Amino acid sequence: MRKPRKSVIRLKIWKRERDKEVGGMTIKKLFEETFLAWMNGETAIHSDIVISSRVRLARNLSEIAFPHLLNQESGQKFMQLINEAWQKSEFKELKQMELVTFENLSALDRKILVEKHLISPNHAQSTAFYQGLLVKPDGSLAVMINEEDHLRIQCFLPGLQLEEAYRRSQEIDDALEKELDFAFDDRRGYLTSCPTNIGTGMRASLMLHLPAISISGQSGHIFHNLNQLGLTVRGIYGEGTEAIGNFFQLSNQITLGQSEEDINASLTTISQQVIEQERMLRESLREQMKYQLEDRIGRAYGILTHARLISSNEALTLLSDVRLGIDMGMIPRISANALNELVVDIRPAHLQKKAGSDMDAVSRDAKRAEVIREKLQTGEEES
Amino acid sequence: MYCEECKLRPATVHLAQMFNGQKIETHLCEQCASQKGAIIFGADHQLSIANLLGSFLGGNYGIQEARSPVQNSSCPNCGIKFFDIRQTGKLGCAQCYMAFEQELEPSLRRIHGNRQHVGKIPLRGGEKVLWRRQIEGLKQRLQEAVAREEYEEAAEIRDQIKNLEKRTG
Ligand SMILES: [Zn+2]
Ligand SMILES: [Zn+2]
Repeated sequence: MRKPRKSVIRLKIWKRERDKEVGGMTIKKLFEETFLAWMNGETAIHSDIVISSRVRLARNLSEIAFPHLLNQESGQKFMQLINEAWQKSEFKELKQMELVTFENLSALDRKILVEKHLISPNHAQSTAFYQGLLVKPDGSLAVMINEEDHLRIQCFLPGLQLEEAYRRSQEIDDALEKELDFAFDDRRGYLTSCPTNIGTGMRASLMLHLPAISISGQSGHIFHNLNQLGLTVRGIYGEGTEAIGNFFQLSNQITLGQSEEDINASLTTISQQVIEQERMLRESLREQMKYQLEDRIGRAYGILTHARLISSNEALTLLSDVRLGIDMGMIPRISANALNELVVDIRPAHLQKKAGSDMDAVSRDAKRAEVIREKLQTGEEES
Repeated sequence: MYCEECKLRPATVHLAQMFNGQKIETHLCEQCASQKGAIIFGADHQLSIANLLGSFLGGNYGIQEARSPVQNSSCPNCGIKFFDIRQTGKLGCAQCYMAFEQELEPSLRRIHGNRQHVGKIPLRGGEKVLWRRQIEGLKQRLQEAVAREEYEEAAEIRDQIKNLEKRTG
């Protein structure tokens, strides 16, 4: 009898045989290292305020039940179709992607994917063989499989570049569509599991760092106006307008009756106004509260470079101050890449992965402080 | 306007729910909204969207309505009953949109207004959509020709429609 081969990384169930192009970047890196394409903020546009752009397209097969009704049999059929579409495709970026399914991916590894924003917390609850991720190892493209929809094609890029993110995600859409019958209706557009998403099935989002808007107490008012314009704003960490670390997600609500290009263009235009507002408020903070601001930023930097125990919330809050201080030239420059990476590095699953074992709260806070100290030192550039 | 729940923070989440044909508006701050499980459309909380859709469709509020034949009719593709969609706010498959077209229409209208899709058309099946749009255009012209009593022209158009319909299968 043949012994089942235990693969080192356990998670590779489906494999493209004819593909040797993937090269050095293996799927393993996605779980063991933190850095992803969207964290590459050094040269991206407006990347001091717009951390990343994401476009997500919801697609469903017309003949197969939506994810919440899938069972062994229909799940099997579904995975065969997806696997075939992926295997057959000649499209380069799709060929570079790897298929990971959740049935033998540990809870920790699924959390790693959540912390990298590649899958949703809901999706991470899944352990079925028909749920998973088709992902490019650099994290720029990730297709959630059987989350709320059969497929959610996502592209993540640094800075403000929704148009490019849409271009790349819809290329994957085209490539998959060569093999798959996506549910589409002339009048209602792409048919989605939740009726709120029909039409383009597209959700475009920007991850924004807005410390000055928060500090100056303008967020309630500005976010209210954004809501009026048909956009959704929410805190990425923490809840609502009191977002910890001042990271906000701005995204479109409307999916029907507007083209993808129009949605992206209007989100881009509106976000430029938000960016403008944030920049103005930063300057008026500098003018009116110079010492208070410098003090606040200096203290944050001091704590982060010397603390031995630090909680996730405190770290996120102080990192926001440090980021602001760097953007305003008040403290030594640390690369945008290092800062972006750090925000993910200090989250529980990433810390645990780094430590290699389960941790109690104190050792996690200790590990977090250590990771931050190291990063702030190595990330510091010669001035 | 302040949040109706905590009365402390400004209300930034505005919910309009239809309840027995009456519009009920709720104004909350985002924090209270997320605690209450209420939902901003488009955020990633599928459960609460399902709840909301359920209430859109008239379920979920403990109001027992007589089971009409529609409630018991099921989708030919996935087998789900409309009654279950009302309960859970979740459709069974893409074909449910066609199977329950009339039943879903009011709630889809409430969510999306009268809007039509103007975005991307899939390459596959896109041809069909184009043909269908062409046929609709021809049917319009046919009616106009008949109204003008241009029967020769009408016959020509009718043949064109027949040809196109053959191609679309
Ligand atoms: Zn409130
Ligand atoms: Zn169905």
